[in-house]
Parts: sequence; structure tokens; C-alpha cells
Amino acid sequence: MYTTEMSKNPARPAAPSEAPELVAAFEARVANDEFIEPKDWMPEAYRKTLVRQISQHAHSEVVGMLPEGNWISRAPSLRRKAVLLAKVQDEGGHGLYLYSAAETLGTSRDQMIEALHTGKAKYSTIFNYPTLTWADIGAIGWLVDGAAIMNQVPLQRTSYGPYARAMVRVCKEESFHQRQGFEITMKLAAGTPEQKAMAQDALNRWWWPSIMMFGPPDDNSPNTAQSVRWRIKRETNDELRQKFVDVTVPQAEAIGLTVPDPDLKWNEERGHYDYGAIDWDEFWAVVKGEGPVAKERVKARIDAWEKGAWVREAALAHAAKQASRRQKEAANG
Amino acid sequence: MTIPTLTSKDAHFDYVLRLGDDALILAQRLGEWCGHAPALETDLSLANIALDLIGQATMFLGYAGELEGKGNDADKLAFHRDVNQFRNCLLVEQPNGDFGRTIARQYIFSTWQYLLYQQLARSTDPRLAEIAAKALKETTYHAELAAEWVVRLGDGTAESHERVKDGFEWCWRFVDELFSVQPLDPSIVTSGVAVDTATLRAAFDSALATTFAEATLPLPKFPRPVLGGRKGHHSEHLGHLLSDMQFLPRAYPDAVW
Repeated sequence: MYTTEMSKNPARPAAPSEAPELVAAFEARVANDEFIEPKDWMPEAYRKTLVRQISQHAHSEVVGMLPEGNWISRAPSLRRKAVLLAKVQDEGGHGLYLYSAAETLGTSRDQMIEALHTGKAKYSTIFNYPTLTWADIGAIGWLVDGAAIMNQVPLQRTSYGPYARAMVRVCKEESFHQRQGFEITMKLAAGTPEQKAMAQDALNRWWWPSIMMFGPPDDNSPNTAQSVRWRIKRETNDELRQKFVDVTVPQAEAIGLTVPDPDLKWNEERGHYDYGAIDWDEFWAVVKGEGPVAKERVKARIDAWEKGAWVREAALAHAAKQASRRQKEAANG
Repeated sequence: MTIPTLTSKDAHFDYVLRLGDDALILAQRLGEWCGHAPALETDLSLANIALDLIGQATMFLGYAGELEGKGNDADKLAFHRDVNQFRNCLLVEQPNGDFGRTIARQYIFSTWQYLLYQQLARSTDPRLAEIAAKALKETTYHAELAAEWVVRLGDGTAESHERVKDGFEWCWRFVDELFSVQPLDPSIVTSGVAVDTATLRAAFDSALATTFAEATLPLPKFPRPVLGGRKGHHSEHLGHLLSDMQFLPRAYPDAVW
């Protein structure tokens, strides 16, 4: 769902123990737009940055199941219920491919999950906001998945092969989600006065968190330069944010909703919308885990994991028993 | 006050409603797991089953609305009936409990539904036959998946063995309803529209014996059955499920979503 690097600690340059010719060959391959594959040599900092970014992305998919899952039981029609459930299921599927992509870098899914639960690993700040009405389900699809697509389309050409390939599949599904979300919002905006007010209220609450999803501005984004050079990232946070604003504002206008930014106006000279100042204090507070429902989100993940421990243990124990039975049979046969 | 005479048309409607409500209410329960299951893989499996069941519910309830002839579509039937108008079996409305109980409930229901749809696919009502034939493929998979989990949990660890056993203990009293309660009018069975579920019991017991042997679980002594779902006498749980599910269409009756 989302991939912006949020750690404030910049990745270190090549470790002194890394042979300069290996580093140079690696940099040349990346500069030449070749894919790096799991068995290829790579600098340790590249590996670490990727594990952090991919696992953060995987966690975002899985935590992202919670705010939308909150409305599965209350979806207002059978069709909406099926579409929402399928969507949340897709997010879980994205989590699975992304954990698998990260595992090719030598970190296990259990280790990554442990890092999420202890607060060491981050996930997208956007999921620390609550879904209060049905219109929030529209807004998440339209804005949050819309923002995610802006981030993810370039990642289909990211330098790490397994990540790039996972993103191809993820992007197809996300663009479908974005259209579904917009369709929910459009229907509300054209509905009863209460429905239209619900849609406007959702846009008011989700707009700023959505444009914060692209991460800190370029002049305060410590990892951007290195990540762009390594083709882990292909466009800067501000470039992507601008693209999102330019695409989304006319969509809001088309369905009669107002973007909650008094400073928003079309700049003829730049050929882009100018938008108002973003509250970065809010952003960093939410990154630190101070978002309105951050505690609920992490607790829900920890509860699911802990309550499910006996099931995972049972599956392993049964598989081991079966394997030993097969061995015995083979020995006796 | 005169008691209206029951016609085979009413019984036909009531029968299709039972099929639709079973699928709808179980889908609603399974949807509660989404995002909270023991692992991502199980999360996806449970959501898959729920999705299939929503699809089945939509088809059955849509057809029920046509049979009823009052202009109600599937959504109207799903979101605007009160507890005593629901015709699902008591098993599907039972709370999820832990994963062991959810799997026990799923195993019983999907095994029964698989046997039912096999017969229903040959119904003399072509609409029911068509829906059942399509849904049979899905239900075959649900029954297999549930059986695999019963074996995994029964055979897995001492804890999982106890938990799945407890899950079944919760559910046994609701098994009889699946087989013993017949359609309102026996003529829809004799005409081949509906299935006489009593004829499915032997196959069910035999499937249970096979799965339980592999799962190292003891076969149950079935307790005194609890009945009532098919005539709208439900458990206390269903009202809460409905108040959640029906909230939006009830709160905004003029809205289209």
C-alpha cells in the first residue's frame, strides 16, 4: 500500500570491508538499470535499506487491513461487502508477496513481524487514523490507494528484482482498488444530503494524512539521494506528492467535493497546483506512534499473533509428525 | 383472525431463504476474522470462504425475492428483516470463539452443505440446480480445507487437540437441526425441488468418522439437539450480528449505496 522510507537514520555509505571493485560493479549494474537478484553480491547498506523498505511496505499492507476490516461487517449492501472483503484480502496477499520478497534478503517473516510488534519497524502513518463512517472506505480507496499507486508505479522498475516483480502484481490490484474507492465516494457525493456530507467529512479528514504519505519534503528526506542513486526509489517525495495533488484535485471537483485546503490553486506558470503548508509536526508525531489509533492498531496485530500462536504451533507439529511417519514408511517399505 | 393456509409457494420461498440465510450469516461471521487470523495464509483462506458464501447468499436471496413476489431484492431481504424472519440454522450464527471453534463450525457446515448441494444440483427447480451446481465447486474446497484443519489441529499439539475438541463440543447440539428439520410443505421434497436432508446423515457420519480418525479425535455422543433456526427462533447472538450488519441501511433508509 505504501513505501516511503520513514527512518530518520540515513543509510551508511559502503562499509570499509566491502571490496571497492565489487561496489563499483554493483553501482554500474544499477546505473545501467539491471535487476539485482537475491544471489547477486550487494552492499550491506543496500540490503539493509531494502529489508527496511520492503518490510515496512509489507507491514503497511497488513496493518492496513484493520481500518478497512473495521467496516466489513457493516458494509451497506451485499455487493459492497464482497468488494470490500476482496479488497482487504488483496492487501493481505500483498503482505504475503512482500514478506516473501524481503525474505530473499535473508530476514525471516517472523523476525520482521517481531520488529513490527516491538515498534522497531514502522508502517504507513495513514493507518493510524480511524475509519469512522462508510465514506472513509471510499476515501481510503480513492486517496490512500491513489497515493500508494503514485509511489508504487515507479517501483515496478526498482533495482531489486523480487521487489520489482511483486510491485507489478500489487500495482494492478491497487489501481482497481483506487477506482472502487472513487466509485464509493462518487455514489455518496451524488446521494442524499447526509451521504454527501459523509463524503465531504471523509475527504476533510483523509486529505492531509494522504498527502503526508509521500513522506517528508525532499530537503528533509535523508535517504532520498542514496535511494534514487540505487534505483530503490525513482522519484522524490515532493515530485510524487505533486503528481498526486494534480491528479486528485480535478477528481474531487468533478464529483462536487471540496479539497480542504484554502491555499490550493492552479499555478499556470508551473503547470501544477500550489498547495498549502503541510503540518510536519503532526506527521512526525504519527511516525513516532502517536497517531490517534496507533495503539489500537499495534495491539490488534499483537493480539492476533499471540492468540494464533497455538494454531501455528499445531500446524508445524502436525507437519513434523507427518514427515516422520513418511520417513518410517519409507524405511519399512 | 384466520390462520393463512400455507401453500407450496410459501414453502418454496421459505426453503430458498434458508439456503441464502445460512450462507449470509456464516459469511458475516467469517468476515469478523479478516485481519485477525492466526497467520496471513489463514486470514486469506477464511476470507475466501466468506466471499464465496456472500456470492451464494446473493444468488439465493435474489431468487427468494422473486419467489416471494413483493419486489424485495437480495439486499432488501438481507438488511431489512428482523431476527425472527431469518431462516438460517443455529450453527452458522454461533460466535467465532477461537480458531478451533471456527474450524469445527466450518467443518460441520461445509461437509453438510457439500452433501446438500450435490443433491440440490439435481433439483427439479432449474434455478436452484444452477446455483447449487456452481456453488458445489466452492463448497467442495471449503469442506476439504476445513477437514485439513481439523486433522492438523486434532493431530498437532496437546493444546490444539483440546481446543478443536472444545470447538466441536460447542457445536454438536446444532448438528441435528441440519438433518431433521424438513421444508414447511413436504410436497416440495416429493416434487424434487428440495432435498430431504435426513438422507444425507449417513454420508455425513461417515465423513466425520474418517476425518476424526485421522485427527485422532474421539467421535461424539451427540447431545440433545437445539432447534428453532428454521422457524425464526434463534440464539441471542443473531440479533447482535444483525444490528451490526444492518446498521447503515436501517439508519439511512432513503440512501442508495
